[in-house]
Amino acid sequence: MDKPSNFVVERAAFPQLFAALDTRGYTIVGPTVRDGAIVYDALRGVDDLPIGWTDAQDGGVYRLARRADAALFGYNTSPHAWKKFLYPPAVRLTHARRENGAWRVMENDDAPPRYAFLGVRACDLAAIEIQDKVFLQGAYQDSIYAARREPAFILAVNCAQAGGTCFCASMGTGPRATQGFDLALTEILEAEQHYFLVQVGTERGAEVLNELAHRQATDEEMARAEKILLETAQHMGRTLDTRDLKALLYQNYEHPHWNAVAARCLACANCTLVCPTCFCSTMEDVTDLSGENAERWRKWDSCFTMDFSYIHGGSVRQTHRARYRQWLTHKLATWIDQFGTSGCVGCGRCITWCPVAIDLTAEVRALRDTETIKGA
Amino acid sequence: MAKQRKPKVAVWKFSSCDGCQLSLLDCEDELLTVAGAVEIANFPEASRAVVKGPYDISLVEGSITTPHDVERIQEVRRESDFLITIGACATAGGIQALRNFSNVQEFISIVYATPAYISTLATSTPIRSHVRVDFELHGCPINKYQLLEVINALLNGRKPNIPAHSVCVECKRRGLACVLVTHGTPCLGPVTHAGCGALCPAYQRGCYGCFGPMETPNTTALAAQWKHLGVSEQDLMRAFRGFNAFAEPFRQESEKHG
Ligand code: SF4
Ligand code: SF4
Ligand code: SF4
Ligand code: SF4
Repeated sequence: MDKPSNFVVERAAFPQLFAALDTRGYTIVGPTVRDGAIVYDALRGVDDLPIGWTDAQDGGVYRLARRADAALFGYNTSPHAWKKFLYPPAVRLTHARRENGAWRVMENDDAPPRYAFLGVRACDLAAIEIQDKVFLQGAYQDSIYAARREPAFILAVNCAQAGGTCFCASMGTGPRATQGFDLALTEILEAEQHYFLVQVGTERGAEVLNELAHRQATDEEMARAEKILLETAQHMGRTLDTRDLKALLYQNYEHPHWNAVAARCLACANCTLVCPTCFCSTMEDVTDLSGENAERWRKWDSCFTMDFSYIHGGSVRQTHRARYRQWLTHKLATWIDQFGTSGCVGCGRCITWCPVAIDLTAEVRALRDTETIKGA
Repeated sequence: MAKQRKPKVAVWKFSSCDGCQLSLLDCEDELLTVAGAVEIANFPEASRAVVKGPYDISLVEGSITTPHDVERIQEVRRESDFLITIGACATAGGIQALRNFSNVQEFISIVYATPAYISTLATSTPIRSHVRVDFELHGCPINKYQLLEVINALLNGRKPNIPAHSVCVECKRRGLACVLVTHGTPCLGPVTHAGCGALCPAYQRGCYGCFGPMETPNTTALAAQWKHLGVSEQDLMRAFRGFNAFAEPFRQESEKHG
């Protein structure tokens, strides 16, 4: 698109979106309230969205709360990233049957759903872009990821407020969605008005928009959205100073602060599993009792488990110190050498969902502030 | 394991409630396949028939609490090629290991009319404290699928898929929203051995550690967070002093709050 055009869809017309996606055969998933949180799950219609709900997030704390208005997207990140759909937590890779003494390996015949993701935030768009790099753009393609990713329709939502653990502004990934979407919305609630400013990212997005009552946005409406996004960027719950971050981590392998984090870290792996860019997995080979049928499964794994670094003779990273350092250093430094980008998009999930509130922005600050005593 | 003849499997009971043995009986659909693949030589919950040893696989339920147990477990070990302990009693001493923190003679005089008839040890100890154990299955009770998995892996000469990481990993793979973070419910999941599939968090409850300590539990850090959530010292002591009270990391943590 040469010049981004902006349109307005009134709140009253928003339900038409579901019909438009439905007739195109999409499985619609997006935010909904379940078990005291706003999670991503199947949506049947607009009423499944967390209307009038918000979340309050801080280190190790997430609370669902009521808003004073009836916003559809008035909250921030969910407990799980979209990776649970694109890169399933457990998936069968292959299965085989013994026939006349020989193994016959069979194709996986499951056709994955064609997803439409509703309400993808800028940070998560950046994370999907990173996982695209990891799974699709290297020497080998991950066919499981590709089969889910390629047809996926993405409706992005610009954040009209920042969460307590958000720091996308520091990472240059948000709060505005700039690419990688079919449609992007900014929700605007003012006085008696409730509408969405819509930006079209693809032809496919334009086709869907055409099925919703819409009109050209006025300059004033566009300015309003601008103002909201500026405000969001100025109210990030966290900040991360990324200057020379790679060098900082590379120079501080032996910094005593790692011990301080290790004393608090549970090695529970929550941070890695909620992180939208973490991609590690383990393989499990299973058989039936007769030994005539075998399957290979791939499951999410984490650099915080002992098995993860197990080689002949034992685990390479025995201590919590070694494991936390591995995680943070990979995320913020070695990732850059590996994939040409930081592994962190500033979504804040690892901070919110760490049961003991370990906060990478605070840990980096501590390393930075005391760098003079490096090598101690 | 030789595939030609059916491996002989024996189930042994020490101090326990039989719940773990029942998990095997509970494998309704799979039990016939198991029975077809192995010869059940001794299984007190299912049949009185006892086939003489030696046994290829022994599943041991229960802890050691009497002088007779101490002798009997040696015999089981001698007769068994591969010995698997099943459940919190056999792997950690069970709930009856609460006696290890008190004076058992006092209990006996309160509970029994004729204390002289009671022959018991001062402690309840796991099987591992007495004989070599080849594999331990955790849980109170064990997860029947884990039991099948170990038998299955042994029969097929492969590694059992029984990870020792935290319950949190299962919780996250299952797509649950953490109860500790979303409503401040104290949860032992981060220090607890996986295996249940995050059963309690799936019902909005905190994990109470029935699978015992995970591979590298940082109980001190979790206890500090529980205190922050408003849990009292006494409740902290009790949380770590449950079915796995005598598992070393839990024992040490409970004593810090006793
Ligand atoms: S990190 Fe930025 S883009 Fe992500 S939810 Fe927070 S404000 Fe929105
Ligand atoms: S940093 Fe937090 S979430 Fe990550 S392993 Fe340590 S305690 Fe768990
Ligand atoms: S490291 Fe933390 S803040 Fe960064 S992308 Fe991962 S979960 Fe989000
Ligand atoms: S609910 Fe418990 S087991 Fe699940 S992630 Fe939270 S602390 Fe871990």
